Amino acid sequence: MIEVLYFARYREALDCEGERLPWSAELDSLEALRARLLARGGAWQVLAEQSLMCARNQELCSLAEPLADGDEVAFFPPVTGG
Amino acid sequence: MAIRVQHEAFRPGVELEALHAANAGIGAVVGFVGYVRDYNDGNPVAAMTLEYYPGMTEKALAGIVAQAHARWSLLGVEIVHRVGQLLPGEPIVFVGTASAHRQAAFDACNFIMDYLKTRAPFWKREDTPEGAHWVDGRDSDQAAARRWE
Repeated sequence: MIEVLYFARYREALDCEGERLPWSAELDSLEALRARLLARGGAWQVLAEQSLMCARNQELCSLAEPLADGDEVAFFPPVTGG
Repeated sequence: MAIRVQHEAFRPGVELEALHAANAGIGAVVGFVGYVRDYNDGNPVAAMTLEYYPGMTEKALAGIVAQAHARWSLLGVEIVHRVGQLLPGEPIVFVGTASAHRQAAFDACNFIMDYLKTRAPFWKREDTPEGAHWVDGRDSDQAAARRWE
């Protein structure tokens, strides 16, 4: 399984804080996972934004980052703290 | 505790003095305080809500502090960042840096804020008379962070 979390504007747009998805060999990167989510259509298109940020196991990463069973992944808009 | 993410209000002056009190070798302390403004881009702000990513936010801040220690000779660093609902005039964030001489503390404080604003998972939502909206990231913050690369 992989745990996928959504924050801030994405969480509101998707009406979803997070979900658990079965991992499979073709989900070999965050980009592949994002493509799977975009295929849901509708509100999920928000994840197509150029400015999207992502993290794997609580470390910022790029969409090219590999994905493995048991990972925690997060997608979120640009951060605005401080 | 050097890094705190909390709902509770804090007093910047107390944090600044505690940073100095921890080490008698400190000759310079620099403190940055970020506050909630009552106007943003010309619109009145009634309140601000800060969301974060429990677990990752603390790790991201610790990573930024570790990078600051690697780049400058620092005798202390403290970060306090509030989450939840804040009102105009309230402090959002405190970053304090301490060193023997001023330059390291000035530069490290600036670096930590630039990295915090572009790499630490916090998100601001403003409540205005027209409704609530999420604050967009600023290109100027990205440019500020790049100058440290």
